[in-house]
Amino acid sequence: MRLVLVGTSHHHAPVELRERVALDREHAAALAARLAEGGCEAVCLSTCNRTELYVACADPEAAERTAVAALAELEPEVEKALYRLRDQAAGLHLFRVAAGLDSLVPGEGEILGQVRGAYEAGTTGPLLDRLFRQALHAGRKVRAQTAIAESPASVSSAAAALAEQVFGDLEGKSILLVGAGKISEQAARNLVTRQARIAFVANRTAGRAAGLAEKFGAEPLPLERIGEELAHADLVIASTGAPGFVLDAATVGEAVAHRRGRPLFLVDLAVPRDLDPAINDLDGCYLYDIDDLEAVVAETLVGRRREAEHAEAMVTAEAAKFHEWHASLDVVPAIASLRARAEEIREAELRKADALLGRLDESQRRAVESITAQIVNKLLHLPTVRMKQAAAAADGVVYAEAVRHLFGLGEDER
Amino acid sequence: MAELFFWPALLLYGEAAVGYLGEARRPGTSGRAATWGVRLGWLAQTSLLAVQATRDDGFPWGTWAGSLNLFVWLVVSAYLIWGCRRTFRLLGLAVMPFAAVLLALARAGGGVGAASRSPYSTAFLVLHVGLVLAAFAGFTLAAALSGLYLWQERRLKRREVTILRRPAPSLASLDGLAARTVWFSLPALTLGIAVGVARLVADGDRVDALVAATALTWTVWASYLALRSLRGWTGRRAAYLALAGFLLVVVVRLALPATHFA
Repeated sequence: MRLVLVGTSHHHAPVELRERVALDREHAAALAARLAEGGCEAVCLSTCNRTELYVACADPEAAERTAVAALAELEPEVEKALYRLRDQAAGLHLFRVAAGLDSLVPGEGEILGQVRGAYEAGTTGPLLDRLFRQALHAGRKVRAQTAIAESPASVSSAAAALAEQVFGDLEGKSILLVGAGKISEQAARNLVTRQARIAFVANRTAGRAAGLAEKFGAEPLPLERIGEELAHADLVIASTGAPGFVLDAATVGEAVAHRRGRPLFLVDLAVPRDLDPAINDLDGCYLYDIDDLEAVVAETLVGRRREAEHAEAMVTAEAAKFHEWHASLDVVPAIASLRARAEEIREAELRKADALLGRLDESQRRAVESITAQIVNKLLHLPTVRMKQAAAAADGVVYAEAVRHLFGLGEDER
Repeated sequence: MAELFFWPALLLYGEAAVGYLGEARRPGTSGRAATWGVRLGWLAQTSLLAVQATRDDGFPWGTWAGSLNLFVWLVVSAYLIWGCRRTFRLLGLAVMPFAAVLLALARAGGGVGAASRSPYSTAFLVLHVGLVLAAFAGFTLAAALSGLYLWQERRLKRREVTILRRPAPSLASLDGLAARTVWFSLPALTLGIAVGVARLVADGDRVDALVAATALTWTVWASYLALRSLRGWTGRRAAYLALAGFLLVVVVRLALPATHFA
């Protein structure tokens, strides 16, 4: 069985092209089943950044042609943006994908689940089953043993991670949203996933504040009342279209006096800014604007790339293990024939000596059986190991042929 | 025999101090090596104390240098409760250099060898010296937590871009743990002082400078808890107060003991 990969990704195709070959789980499963017809195996991995077809087949040329045709059916233009990989290179590619090393943001977390989903929906057999299980193992290992996935990769997740640096656990912490736009809502959602709750929504337009507040079970507020509720909030996320500051340091200073030392974390996502920068000078107040958050994200991406270097070495080692196993498949029939032939000879010789051995008692006969079996095993151990090693180094087929020739394997059938 | 354990303990504490310095520069291997240095060093020092205890009839840490040895062990023990957690590793940067220097000082003063006989009973020494030292170890840890709080708070205020790269506990954890440590330590100091005062009165001795400084230390740490509960003094103000309290601990432990132990 040979491994074939045909696909396209964000490295080769723009989003307008990728979206035309993107498949949902149901269609991906159907395509994999179609490609696996005729004794092959197939998995279709389709995410927003890539569509890749992994096919294991005895005839790699035909498998590749079918896979290319299947993607061209979806969008003829994609053919120019396709990459085609085989065997070791195809295996290594999947290992890198599962580890998040081929992603737009190195180490992003979603890809591992997407690879698992594609594997579950695929039509797999011994080869793809092992490939995907080992790739998923490598992906988990990279995330567990490097810091590649620890740091935030977006402004909203950076804001949440910084809030955790102040409060620790965000469970039950109250959020005051200033502005009812999409940006502040997105940032707040990230905090809500960490068990914080949106307590107040303040906006110049009362209707929009009420709409968003209802969605989160929060209290709507006019902008003028922010100062009053500041004493009860732990986090403030501001993103209005106001031309000047919506909240000044004096107002926050008054609120801080009633907070009995409780810290206040403020995020200003608006341009021009909504929150007076002097707020950061107040005791217990931590203010981050969009530039600060973007700088933190840029730095963490540098860190992720650095970790990706360690991860590459781990992934290469894991992929090499798969390659060794895959290559050993070439010599397995020769090894099996050799062992069967040796066993055949051993049994025949024992039968010939039956008259002599008949005088032995049961335990002595068993000892003779055991000794001859051990001799055969010991003689064949080294050739077996060497053939597997040769297979990993791409000489497996030559060695297998040599063994067949030297021991006359398969000649009886000819 | 005691020397056999002293040198490994000192070397491992020293290794931990250097390791934590490396951890502050680049988190990873050096931090893990430092944590193992603390664990193994603590085991070596525990063995050292055990040898001293079995060799001596009474309380072997009744001298100034001996009590310093026990104090270091208590500080490292308290640190080990949290210090092995990854986010608390940097706390070791505040604790371990201090522990290594004090252990070396204890040896220089003869605190790791055989103790001279004390005129006081073992029970009194265990209660008085043991409780006061345990309380001081707790205050030292609280001060280290407060120091880490101020460092982490400054990074947040300055919006350092590397803030998420170096794992550190949240401000809330540092502040809360410092307070909890003081809540455990202050009653121990109160009891230790009470035992000492009872003895002082019974023997008709005078209050010396160290006793007065210890009382002042008690006042500062009691104020720490009172202001926290009654006036909401948490965060930066509480951290500064803890550092002030720790300065008094240093004075009591290092600058004034000559008269008291004599």
